[in-house]
Amino acid sequence: MAAGTDTKVHLVREHALELLKQMILIRRFEEKCAELYSAEKIRGFLHLYIGEEANAVGVMQALEPDDAIVATYREHGHALARGLPPSEIMAEMYGKAAGSSRGRGGSMHIFDARHRFYGGNAIVGGGLPLAVGLALADKMQGRNRVTCCFFGEGAAAEGEFHESLNLAALWNLPVLFVCENNGYAMGTALNRSESNPDISQHASAYSITSEAVDGMNVIDVEAAARRAVKAIRAGKGPRFLENKTYRFRAHSMFDAELYRDKVEVEKWKKIGPVVRFTDWLLESGMIHESDIDIIEQEVARTIEVAVVFAEQAPWEPVEDLTRDVMTPPVHDKVAS
Amino acid sequence: MIEFKMPSLGADMEQGTLVEWLKKPGDVIHKGDVLAVVETQKGAIEIEVFSDGVLRDCRASPGDHVPVGEVIAILDGDKTSVMPTVKPSFSPVPSHKPVSAERLPGKPKITPAARRLAQQLGLDISNIAADSSGVVGLRQVQASSPETSPAEAGRAGIDFKEMRKAIAAAMARSKREIPHYYVSSDIDVTALMDWLAQENASRSVADRLLYAVPLFRVLARTLVDTPELNGHYEQDTFSPAQTVNAGIAIAMRGGGLVAPSIRDVAGKSIDELRISLTDLVGRVRSGRLRSSELSNATVTFSNLGERTADTLMPIIYPPQVAIIGCGQIVSRPWVKDGEIHVRQIMSVTVAGDHRVSDGRSAARFLSRLEQRLTAPEGS
Amino acid sequence: MTGSRTLTYREAIREALREALQRDERVFLMGEDVGRYGGAYACSKGLLEEFGDERVRDTPLSESGFTGAGIGAALGGMRPIVEIMTVNFSLLALDQIVNTAATLRHMSGGQFSVPIVIRMATGAGRQLAAQHSHSLECWFAHVPGLRVVAPASVADARGMLWTALQDPDPVIMFEHATLYNEEGEVAAEGETSCDLDKAAIRRSGKDVSLITYSGSLGKTLDAAQRLAGDGIDCEVIDLRSLRPLDDATIMSSVTKTARAVIVDEGWRSGSLAGEISARIMEQAFYSLDAPVERVCSQEVPIPYPSHLEQAATPQVESIVAAVRKTLRT
Repeated sequence: MAAGTDTKVHLVREHALELLKQMILIRRFEEKCAELYSAEKIRGFLHLYIGEEANAVGVMQALEPDDAIVATYREHGHALARGLPPSEIMAEMYGKAAGSSRGRGGSMHIFDARHRFYGGNAIVGGGLPLAVGLALADKMQGRNRVTCCFFGEGAAAEGEFHESLNLAALWNLPVLFVCENNGYAMGTALNRSESNPDISQHASAYSITSEAVDGMNVIDVEAAARRAVKAIRAGKGPRFLENKTYRFRAHSMFDAELYRDKVEVEKWKKIGPVVRFTDWLLESGMIHESDIDIIEQEVARTIEVAVVFAEQAPWEPVEDLTRDVMTPPVHDKVAS
Repeated sequence: MIEFKMPSLGADMEQGTLVEWLKKPGDVIHKGDVLAVVETQKGAIEIEVFSDGVLRDCRASPGDHVPVGEVIAILDGDKTSVMPTVKPSFSPVPSHKPVSAERLPGKPKITPAARRLAQQLGLDISNIAADSSGVVGLRQVQASSPETSPAEAGRAGIDFKEMRKAIAAAMARSKREIPHYYVSSDIDVTALMDWLAQENASRSVADRLLYAVPLFRVLARTLVDTPELNGHYEQDTFSPAQTVNAGIAIAMRGGGLVAPSIRDVAGKSIDELRISLTDLVGRVRSGRLRSSELSNATVTFSNLGERTADTLMPIIYPPQVAIIGCGQIVSRPWVKDGEIHVRQIMSVTVAGDHRVSDGRSAARFLSRLEQRLTAPEGS
Repeated sequence: MTGSRTLTYREAIREALREALQRDERVFLMGEDVGRYGGAYACSKGLLEEFGDERVRDTPLSESGFTGAGIGAALGGMRPIVEIMTVNFSLLALDQIVNTAATLRHMSGGQFSVPIVIRMATGAGRQLAAQHSHSLECWFAHVPGLRVVAPASVADARGMLWTALQDPDPVIMFEHATLYNEEGEVAAEGETSCDLDKAAIRRSGKDVSLITYSGSLGKTLDAAQRLAGDGIDCEVIDLRSLRPLDDATIMSSVTKTARAVIVDEGWRSGSLAGEISARIMEQAFYSLDAPVERVCSQEVPIPYPSHLEQAATPQVESIVAAVRKTLRT
């Protein structure tokens, strides 16, 4: 996944196509989820990542397979960029037993131990202490791994944000905090909830080196992530990125967006991650329209396969309702 | 053709109100276009189309309340890829591993309410049968005394004045409606009395038997073979009873007679019968009868007792079909084995309902009774 | 009643909020997205426009912070209505609620009271998965110093808030999230406020006492209806107040019917149903013709798929089965 291990982004055609494909995959996947939700296939809450794709895709380039990821309820993009199978994610959205979390969690609770993907959390700010702990374990056991924690700017208001940053800095832990600042915590704009809306400064207040990044530019995101991760791996302690981004859709499906202006949304759409990157790559001649067509076709196929998989996957039997509440004793694990 | 349905936009959205169409029939539609604006409890939300096509027909008008899933527009184009849902069957999981209040095997499960009611009614709870799940509950206690409701059980006891009135009315009715016939025999009960004397000699004073006890038992056992004398006649139908629940005629304080019943006299042992009889007489004297005891009798025994009279012609208590009257026991000269002896003789009269039985039934009964009573130890 | 009108539960809450803001200038509403967004459940739609942002305050995502601030404001003479979006997020504020709001009067030897009202949505049934579906009312009902109410009817949703605001002590008000769309009757004119202490008999009956609260009331009434078809006459009690519990109403019913089934959406172990069952045993043991039955959620975090969520929570079928168990039929 990582096209280079140093801080420079190797912008060769192959890598560019890879970045574009990942973002388009997320985009189309989320659009398909919106359609399926409207048709009542996906239920509960659905939080779409449309407009924010560059963040997950860019940051993942800097991470290794054995690094850990903690995310939020808006985590489909992170899961896809991390390499979780789209079919399993879709099955999870449907609630089928073949889903990433056996169907038990749904949209907000995607987990995958194989990819060290620790969810999927519906409590804003709830993932930060978890990330701190994962990093602490690595440090205490002498493992050189990074824990990357994604969260929205709304989490900056929670006490857990402050406690987690303080601990990470105090104990010099290998955490990459990535704040995806999309300007709105559900219906509340940042300037109405933060006395200091400069989130990267909050981190500096805890002596954590932080950087503000253009979250709509996947190359900028990748570069910033590489810089941060290099420092973390060198033992320099936690790092903080504030990615300025925007969600083109409502907070969740059932949101009339009374709190923001359509004009504002349209403005951000014009500088969206996919359209900007595509335009730039076409202009520079690095890719052709036909490349995009091929990507769209492949992505469409992948998603179609995922939907069919989810549709046909069986439901978990009701008799298994109370399994996976507690861990079975060791000797049983062998049998099961 | 594509059916465009009112989308579900949220966990608790049941319907939406169409505010306006943003496209009209004939418009070319691209995937992602906003088709209409829908008002929900959260506010106005734009709804999008998920496929390309041409809008052919709008099925809802502004102002319509449309439930989620109902078709609101038709488009010409390729079908969407959304498949019909397969719903899982829902079978309710048993609420928990039932940890029932198990007691030692063999010990009956009696509910607190049942225990309390039984106590109020003066019933022995250990005699009450459990239901099919092994529990003795309110219903089982109520069933064993059907006339008594929990509310009644609280009251002091039967109103004897009312009861006498009722008996008088019943006797009048009996004489009017039941065609009585009478058959009697004088029976040598010496063997019974000898047995009694011997039996009582080995008993403590408190446990001594009055002759009525073995007498009633023999009467009951003999009755078992003459079912047409034991049961109820109601609405032109005779229902023979399974057991002999004998009403025992007992004199009340202040005059009058009442005949509360003892259940299954034939099946009881001598001592069980003794205890029941003593208890019953005691309660009649103290005015503590239960209504069920007054209505359960399937036949009545009227024993005059000592120093009374030789014979009686008793009246049947409806809806019973017979009553057996026993006179006092007197010493009489009696022919036994071709010789005259002094024997203890008792006159027994059977009154029967001629609609159900006739003299021959009574005669058969008396004949068998005599056989039993003259055999050693009665039976 | 002088005449009634029909409202949804949501509209009743909104009217109650509006009335409180109009009637008492010390009252203000504070919570996440109560203002611009109109309320996560649309209960405060239009109130920001009407009363301004001092009295309808959007807060940052700081449950502990703003709940604590509400407690302080109450101490300082205001009458705050703190809205915590759901009981799930209240866990972030549990320290403030339990360690400050509930204890302040006692710890100060009676010098201070905390007249705060904290409203929360609660419950499962909308496939929102494990972190959004808790029914933790019993945790709050466990704590001395708190009053806990659960309006299940539209009339109670309309009427409990004003009474709660008059109460000098903290009142936690639970609104089951599936009730917001329900319609019900409210008085057409005059005082709509109601008491906070008494349970209500929603259906009179003689064979068994069904005791429940909040989102389970509807299912319990449905179960009673179904059983009536089989000749089983159920009495349905809506607890309304979870702390204190109305023992008198409960025991009066159970001594009449001799049987009790408690329907409680909390998990069975350590449930409020367990507390009620213990009280029935203590106060009405000799009246019981069967062990007290409990219909609660299964021992599993609430799952996302619909069939599993239904299996995990009380349903009409499980209530009917429990009633039959007490009747041994």
